[in-house]
Amino acid sequence: MAIMEIHNLSKRFGGLAAVNDVSFEVKEGEILSVIGPNGAGKSTLFKLISSFLPASAGKVLFQGEDITSQKPHIVARKGVVRTFQETTIFREMTVTDNVVVAHHLHSHTSLLGFFFGTRTARQDEKEFRERAGDILDFLGLGAVKNEVAKNLPHGHLRALGVAMGMAANPKILLLDEPFAGMNAQETDEALGMVRGIRERGVTVLLVEHDMSAVMKISDRIVVLNFGKMIAEGDPEAIRSNEDVIEAYLGREDEEIGI
Amino acid sequence: MNRKQKILLLIVALAFYLVLLPYLCRDRNYLLGVITTASVLSVISAGVWLIFYIGRINIGQGAFALIGGYTGAIAISKLGLSFWFGLVMAGIVSMLVGIIIGLPLLRLKGVYFSMITLSLTETARLTAQSLVPITNGPNGILNLPLPGELSFFGITLIPDFAKVNKHIAMFYLSAFLLIASYAVLYRIINSRVGWLFRSLQQNEDLASSFGVDVPRLRVIAFAICTFYAGIGGAFFVAMQQSIYPATFSVQDSTYFLLYCFLGGLGYVFGPLIGTFVLYIGFEMLQGLNEYQPLIYALLMIGMMLWLPNGMLSLRLPFLAGKKSPLGGAK
Repeated sequence: MAIMEIHNLSKRFGGLAAVNDVSFEVKEGEILSVIGPNGAGKSTLFKLISSFLPASAGKVLFQGEDITSQKPHIVARKGVVRTFQETTIFREMTVTDNVVVAHHLHSHTSLLGFFFGTRTARQDEKEFRERAGDILDFLGLGAVKNEVAKNLPHGHLRALGVAMGMAANPKILLLDEPFAGMNAQETDEALGMVRGIRERGVTVLLVEHDMSAVMKISDRIVVLNFGKMIAEGDPEAIRSNEDVIEAYLGREDEEIGI
Repeated sequence: MNRKQKILLLIVALAFYLVLLPYLCRDRNYLLGVITTASVLSVISAGVWLIFYIGRINIGQGAFALIGGYTGAIAISKLGLSFWFGLVMAGIVSMLVGIIIGLPLLRLKGVYFSMITLSLTETARLTAQSLVPITNGPNGILNLPLPGELSFFGITLIPDFAKVNKHIAMFYLSAFLLIASYAVLYRIINSRVGWLFRSLQQNEDLASSFGVDVPRLRVIAFAICTFYAGIGGAFFVAMQQSIYPATFSVQDSTYFLLYCFLGGLGYVFGPLIGTFVLYIGFEMLQGLNEYQPLIYALLMIGMMLWLPNGMLSLRLPFLAGKKSPLGGAK
């Protein structure tokens, strides 16, 4: 069943169509990757889906409901949660506090409730800490949970970003280049993490550069080039797709004879 | 510092402020006035500090203090309302204006937000100057009566200021405002609301990605900030018993910033300490008055270079071993 449907989505910046008439579906419980060469419009598409950019045309339906160009926090409340690349965390807070803050959507009380420290508010605080501990253990951050976030190494930062996304209780988690800049071992760990997220019942949509990682993990792949969708299918089909090979490697130009 | 020590420090500080200070100044009305003014200015600075806390620099606090001041003065002199009603009204009117202006304004970040708030103070001054039928223009509103009696079902809660030592009465009123406003601020910063404000300060996009309604929170912070300015402004005017368009100028707006800087942006009590040290320090050194802007400017530069986290970040022996600059008091 499709949890998210993207219909003819477009984004134009002046005369440039960064995303041009893209349509695809995300099925519940799958790992879907969006790939493409530099400048293909992956990041723009990612921002359109998470509503960090308004669309020029087209629609994004989440569980049948139109979420196009809503405010980001509204979309997050419905269960469409994005992560950022590694540098985007609360650098001055500890790892646990980062994740506790991210539990915002689980609040049972208002700001005033928190201000007066009502019983519900205190229960919330306690529950957030417990849940944050769970999520951190699950993502392998248990050992560094009291560190200030800015002191974490690379791989941990990425995991922390994912932990904050998970704290918002997503139905679909959008990951922004989760494997970028990682070595082989780090990538393997990150792959395990993404599979773990899916096993928790969260649909994963990721935008990624690293072809080999994508091939290993994805159920399906969508390929963009110059803002247009040029292919869609399982990793096997994508690997042998002529258009995709051409987009990544270029085409032999017979007339010039190269 | 553990909980016990903190409570002890608080009690000592309150005893000094509420008992010893007025006792020492009982025959020095001028000095008591200086302390009263410092108290109320630190309420206004607290608002500026909260806006720093959500990652914006508000150089327009003077505008809201002026709005509060005029609201109070007009309520008392033209509408014939009691001072107490005027004080509350001043806070609310200033807050409403803050919300209306803040809704579009808070979308701006960094230097753009600061630039516009900077011009607000000047806008407020010019408006006060030209709205002659309401504000008396450049002549200001003079000879405001002292706060009258506040009673509740015939029980006098606060006596008529004209019948008691008005300097002492003003001092205790300012002390009440200071304690109430800082207690609220402390509670905000140390509850989950404070965590949300810190998350805005560090990254608004990230906060909205997990469902925080960022624009609403920003406006809430600004509403608190401008409410403080309104209350502070109205009190200041009641104390001076007069108001002019220049009662709060651009210079005052920037001084509020400096008070926050000096005390420390990471500490709830930063603006309080900053205001008291700077304001009282200057009143003590009357001869330096004409160099005040120069000295303030040098201080600001010096603070940024050598003490970027403010005076409270100094590790004094009796305060040692606590507080992260960001976490506030924990």
